[in-house]
Amino acid sequence: MKNTWKEKAVKLMLLSAASTSILIVIGIFVFLGKEGGTFVIKPGLKELLGSRWMPVSFQKESFGILPLVTGSVLVTVLATLLTIPFGISASVYISELARPTEREILKPFIEILAGIPSVVIGFLGLILLVPLIKAGFRLSTGLTALAGAILLALMAIPTVISISEDAIRSVPVSYKQASLALGASKMQTVWKVTVPAALPGIIAAIMLGMGRVIGETMAVMMVTGNAAILTASPFESVRTMTATIAAEMGEVAFGSNHYRALFCVGIVLLLATFGINIVAQKVLQKHRVR
Amino acid sequence: MHTAISQRATYWLMRVITYFIVFIIASIIFVILWNGLPAVSWEFLTTMPRRSGAEGGILPAIVGTLSLVLGTIIIALPLGMATAIYLSEYATQGRFTHTIRLAIVTLAGVPSIVFGLFGLGLFVIFMKFGASIISGCLTLACMILPTIIVSSEEALRVVPRSLREGSLALGATKWQTIYKNVLPYSVSGMLTGSILGIGRVAGETAPILLTVAAFYLPKLPRSIFDQVMALPYHLYILATQHPEPDKVRSMQYATALVLVLLVVGVNIVAILLRIRMRKKHRW
Repeated sequence: MKNTWKEKAVKLMLLSAASTSILIVIGIFVFLGKEGGTFVIKPGLKELLGSRWMPVSFQKESFGILPLVTGSVLVTVLATLLTIPFGISASVYISELARPTEREILKPFIEILAGIPSVVIGFLGLILLVPLIKAGFRLSTGLTALAGAILLALMAIPTVISISEDAIRSVPVSYKQASLALGASKMQTVWKVTVPAALPGIIAAIMLGMGRVIGETMAVMMVTGNAAILTASPFESVRTMTATIAAEMGEVAFGSNHYRALFCVGIVLLLATFGINIVAQKVLQKHRVR
Repeated sequence: MHTAISQRATYWLMRVITYFIVFIIASIIFVILWNGLPAVSWEFLTTMPRRSGAEGGILPAIVGTLSLVLGTIIIALPLGMATAIYLSEYATQGRFTHTIRLAIVTLAGVPSIVFGLFGLGLFVIFMKFGASIISGCLTLACMILPTIIVSSEEALRVVPRSLREGSLALGATKWQTIYKNVLPYSVSGMLTGSILGIGRVAGETAPILLTVAAFYLPKLPRSIFDQVMALPYHLYILATQHPEPDKVRSMQYATALVLVLLVVGVNIVAILLRIRMRKKHRW
């Protein structure tokens, strides 16, 4: 009988360990809100919605996060457009067309890419890719949204491949057999049966990759030039939300308007990734149930 | 005939795209090795930096990164494994379990810079740890927790139910069953999965930027409340903040190489361990 209280104690300990995850999530929202929330009262929400980010100025500081948001969106959209063809082709090739031994080599090799720190990718991008873009497009500087997008696509590809590969492999064999039995060729079966059946999983994979891309900091900060301007051109310098926080947080005075504005940028970033991930998870779950 | 040709073309296009990715990865590895290896020496690894990192070694950055990784493991591993044990062995389908799972998924998607802000607000300012190793480790631990939980749960799931049922049928309690009959077969899997995730900690820059990393600090930390240099941040500084980045190119490559070796080395150990373990336990 003396075991009962021990059993209960163990269960309680494990339960409280499991609760920490909830506490951390609450803590993130609470502390971001605590440090940044007062900005909404003074200088006010209107200030945040402006189109000029000029946190250090002798005349008038402005904290409009619009150029930062568009910077992040531009880089993310470009990166996603690059990721889709590469990610889908490679995952279909690896899961459906490659020989078994080839697959066993390709999979871990591409996983290596996920292990390379973003600062290293950013460093190589800075010295190899940026000059290439500058020369290739005859620009005055290679530090552009395009450079950031290429690096981010590179970083998202392993995520997208591994999740969409799972989705493709979970398509029932009977679907493929039925298609082949009807006389469809292997390639027709892959593109007309397997990929459409796995599509929700592939879409979720791309969205999860996007979530990673929009939150990426170091590589983007190193190659996009960090000019806070409103633009939709891939050949201009942009400043993303993540890079703004990372670059400016070190120099702000604690509690100042600038400090609180950076926390507000963090809140926007958190909500954006939160939204993308929730939708992606919903898509994935729906797919699994079916 | 026409379709046969277009099918071969599609096949080759996909193959070329796949191998193009492989080629880029191979080039990344090659460029880092080719440029980094000549600059890495015993002196580089074991001495202090001089002249803002333009000369000398990177010892404090290596020590800093290793202590961050170690501290993060000490904090996150027990917590993550305990959570996984709860979720896989105790949790019932319900509101609370659902909330925990939702929290884990949410945490996994939070950008690393937001973890940095959170760490700055909670550990550095609110708990008054200042910019220190302990603040950095706690922040990184929060970030890596979901990875550890998910991989530990997977390791627990592969232990067959019959092992649990046999033990319970003999009159063992739930915890006795878990402790004697489930954990021994899953702990190695839990560890390898977690190590794979922890390798990422060594390369993370954004969270430590706001909570621990020092720009230039040519001395070793004395306690967990000290600031330290860290390899990824040091590389960032050398590559972008140095007045003459071209002159310190070899230092940059060497730092990048040491960092990659550290991360990839940790991962390779974990993968080898996983392959061995898989062969050992087959149900």
